[in-house]
Amino acid sequence: MNDRVPSPDAAPAEPLAHPGLLRTTLAILWKDLSAELRSRELLSAMLVFALLVILIFNFALDLKPAIRKEVTAGVLWATFAFAGTLGLNRSMASEKDRGCLDGLLLAPVDRSAIYFGKALGNLAFMFVIEAIVLPVYSVLYNLNLFNAGLVGIIVLGSVGYVAVGTLLAAMSVQTRTRDMLLPILLFPLVIPVLISAVKASAAFLDGLAWGEIAPWFNMLLVYDVIFVAIAFMVFDYVVEE
Amino acid sequence: MESKPNALKILDVVTAFLIIAATAVVFFYAPMEAIMGNVQRVFYFHVANAWVGMLGFTAAGVMGMLYLRTGNPKWDVIEVAAVEISLVFFFTAIVTGSIWARPIWNTWWTWDPRLTTAAILELVYAAYLMLRSGIDSPERRARFGAVYVILGFLSVPLTFLTIRLLRTIHPVVVGGGAADAQGGFSMSPKMLQTFLFSLFAFSVFFVDVLWHRVRLGQLEQKVEQLRLKLAR
Repeated sequence: MNDRVPSPDAAPAEPLAHPGLLRTTLAILWKDLSAELRSRELLSAMLVFALLVILIFNFALDLKPAIRKEVTAGVLWATFAFAGTLGLNRSMASEKDRGCLDGLLLAPVDRSAIYFGKALGNLAFMFVIEAIVLPVYSVLYNLNLFNAGLVGIIVLGSVGYVAVGTLLAAMSVQTRTRDMLLPILLFPLVIPVLISAVKASAAFLDGLAWGEIAPWFNMLLVYDVIFVAIAFMVFDYVVEE
Repeated sequence: MESKPNALKILDVVTAFLIIAATAVVFFYAPMEAIMGNVQRVFYFHVANAWVGMLGFTAAGVMGMLYLRTGNPKWDVIEVAAVEISLVFFFTAIVTGSIWARPIWNTWWTWDPRLTTAAILELVYAAYLMLRSGIDSPERRARFGAVYVILGFLSVPLTFLTIRLLRTIHPVVVGGGAADAQGGFSMSPKMLQTFLFSLFAFSVFFVDVLWHRVRLGQLEQKVEQLRLKLAR
């Protein structure tokens, strides 16, 4: 990419203008966000689904005040994980169904930009859902979830979840079973994220010392770094035709 | 498809002999463990199966990387063969472990790090097979399979580490052990010999089955190519 071979019919004075990775990524992110702003079909579906999951947990676990504190972290992360697959599936399926993915792949840009753009878009949708679910949960269950540590863990956990999820959604959308396959592929791989996130969130909510939280926090960090790097390396193979 | 090579025929016989010999050694040569009694004998096959399973999953991860680098379908054939076989071996390890755990831990199953990781490992590779079965194009199937097998290869150790941050009760017989492990023991020389022999027998068994499965995979590939030719 770096060696500038002038194409034969281009004027030698003008080097080929390659938009940088960052600009392309932001362009794809912007495309996803503005499409969502106009239709709002993905966010509304994720949000209603997330609230339904909380409702189901309410009855399934019989969330009495005495046990609320212990299970809150688990309920929250299960909700995010389930609502997350909905968003991941939808965001890739809409590209595939309308032939947009082929268009994106034809564009003369680095394909990693497509991955990062889609991943950032999915991350933004996750954050929106989380930003609505947290206060709603706080009100419904009379628990204070406004805790800087908890928010930090949610950010780290979502990054790992979306990093793997976007890659797998790009794969599952190209199979016969499509939407059905994503959770089956995704959940066994994100177990480290879910366990660490649940443990760290619960520790923050209990107000434990940093020494208790640090191992989980480090695990999340390590997972994020490894899987963002791996997804970056293998994404080309997932969209190559 | 050429007929079965002679080396494979010999390996079949050697494998059958080794497995029978290993069974005999486990039951008649190895001494009875003083505290646990006869149920401890399951240990020799349990570890051997788990070892072979891990060997296969690791091999599959390496094959996935080789396939992505070279694009040569032969790596893909070995990869899927290794995953399929290891799924069965690993499942056997889980079942034999359960048989041992019932009298020793007084439960068939517990959410201990190793057991949990083993269960998740099986699910990862079952998902791998489902992913493959959902793709029609052989080339894309191989590419996606390779990507997923690499992801699994990286995530399983992390899963193990994560769960290990909680406490473990699984005994570590080979190379040190957790202080609060239950059901651990130290091996006498005869036990060690039996253990190493069954590891060896199962490794040979694995190579033999892998060879058969790779031959089957090559046949599959050929049928697929013929079918594509006919469809054209």
